[in-house]
Amino acid sequence: MCEEPLLIAEGLTKFYGARLGCRDVSFTLHAGEVLAVVGESGSGKSTLLGLLSTELAPSAGHVRYSMRDGSLRDLAELSEPERRLLLRTDWGFVRQSPEAGLRMAVSAGANVGERLMAVGWRHYGNIRGAAADWLGRVEIAADRIDDSPKSFSGGMRQRLQIARNLVTAPRLVFMDEPTGGLDVSVQARLLDLIRSLVADLGLAVVIVTHDLAVARLLSHRIMVMKEGCVIEEGLTDQVLDDPQAAYTQLLVSSVLQS
Amino acid sequence: MTVLDVQDIAKSFTLHLRGGLTLPVVAGVSFEVAAGECVALGGPSGAGKSSILKMIYGNYRTDAGRILIDDGAAVIDVASASPREILALRATTLGYVSQFLRVIPRVAALDIVAEPLRARGIDTTEANARASAMLKRLNLPERLWHLPPATFSGGEQQRVNIARGFIADTRLLLLDEPTASLDGANRDAVIGLIRDKRAAGTALVGIFHDDEVRDAVADRTLDVRAFAAA
Ligand SMILES: Nc1ncnc2c1ncn2[C@@H]1O[C@H](COP(=O)(O)OP(=O)(O)O)[C@@H](O)[C@H]1O
Ligand SMILES: Nc1ncnc2c1ncn2[C@@H]1O[C@H](COP(=O)(O)OP(=O)(O)O)[C@@H](O)[C@H]1O
Ligand SMILES: [Mg+2]
Ligand SMILES: [Mg+2]
Repeated sequence: MCEEPLLIAEGLTKFYGARLGCRDVSFTLHAGEVLAVVGESGSGKSTLLGLLSTELAPSAGHVRYSMRDGSLRDLAELSEPERRLLLRTDWGFVRQSPEAGLRMAVSAGANVGERLMAVGWRHYGNIRGAAADWLGRVEIAADRIDDSPKSFSGGMRQRLQIARNLVTAPRLVFMDEPTGGLDVSVQARLLDLIRSLVADLGLAVVIVTHDLAVARLLSHRIMVMKEGCVIEEGLTDQVLDDPQAAYTQLLVSSVLQS
Repeated sequence: MTVLDVQDIAKSFTLHLRGGLTLPVVAGVSFEVAAGECVALGGPSGAGKSSILKMIYGNYRTDAGRILIDDGAAVIDVASASPREILALRATTLGYVSQFLRVIPRVAALDIVAEPLRARGIDTTEANARASAMLKRLNLPERLWHLPPATFSGGEQQRVNIARGFIADTRLLLLDEPTASLDGANRDAVIGLIRDKRAAGTALVGIFHDDEVRDAVADRTLDVRAFAAA
């Protein structure tokens, strides 16, 4: 219980000109913890993910991260090579659109192998072996390794994106609506895969979703955002079964009971 | 030895979608449960029995008071604990058999039951063997073990739920109408499971819709009407 947090966000605020992206978001995340960020479209979820992952520069606030060597670093103070290494090794980022997270012009195997080459793997056989292993883990048939992701279905592309992100054994993965835009049956399979990979690998995850069922299935904790601010947070089942804020009650009541 | 010490807790719901209407449920709830003891919560439907169990499990927030659980190393107040502390408590000390199974898509009954053991570091072979024994004891037909329970009958789902709740050793176990949808033979199997837990020193708090079951397992009954909120 006393171990150090993996990530600490403090007062994260982002303005796009005069428009508010998100305001004063603070939380800590520990290794192996899954945090879901929920809220309607435009509430600032993707902005927050952008700030955490250093894709966006905050207007105010800090993100500190416990590096693999154990040092706690302010992400704004990393050098560009340090930042790039973090993004390629210790972090993953699974995007809603697989086309945004994959390189569509190269093969499935190369999409996975590329991340390994970026961290210094050189031996072709080892890279191909690791890629094949990961394709198997995300339930993509071995004989598809040389095919282009353009020939894959939406669900397969998303599974490939997950393999590409997890091959370097990251400790923290950001996910932005990873099941959005997929058919319900495809979603269920993908969710099941994410759920078991996250548990088996002990990943910390910040997952953005507008789907409360996804949050319930995958997350330990929930943050509810509205108009750029966190209006309620806590243990996932507590927030969903005993919501306090008027807006959270509205969100929960809008979901068809299963 | 006291495992659970509930001190003066209260709960009300504020229904914002109904113009901010406040629904008082219970107030001034205090009781203790010792290791090896089974306390039943009694009272009519709507009295707040399930809400009390859910507060103890950390599933509902507690408005006032303390819920102290002795996990063997420390005493934790669920009413003020962080989400991480509550999850750690659930992973080691605190079990709960809810009224209905929450189905996880695509996960087979046997895996649902074995999961709490695997989460405690027990290897899959042993976890599956113990899960099989538990499902057998609850008479769940073997042909169902490898299917996801989404299509099971209410009674079959409830037996999966009970098996999952009873499989691990927890110091405190909460039971919300565990026998509600079971026939006679399966009810007796659950009575047997509860008695085994008591004998092993588990503290239990249960809601039993069936007086026969309650009389067979409970040391005493608390009438929740005594805690009716204003
Ligand atoms: N690049 C941008 N330029 C200007 N405004 C933006 C930009 N990205 C997001 N916003 C605005 O910031 C707010 C939060 O958006 P976003 O973080 O994308 O929300 P969500 O992911 O919850 O849908 C919205 O009002 C949105 O219009
Ligand atoms: N999540 C909730 N939101 C609003 N009201 C609730 C909620 N849970 C329970 N209640 C209300 O609290 C009261 C007590 O319910 P409950 O604890 O389920 O009683 P019992 O288990 O004794 O039948 C009831 O009026 C019920 O409608
Ligand atoms: Mg978004
Ligand atoms: Mg009840």
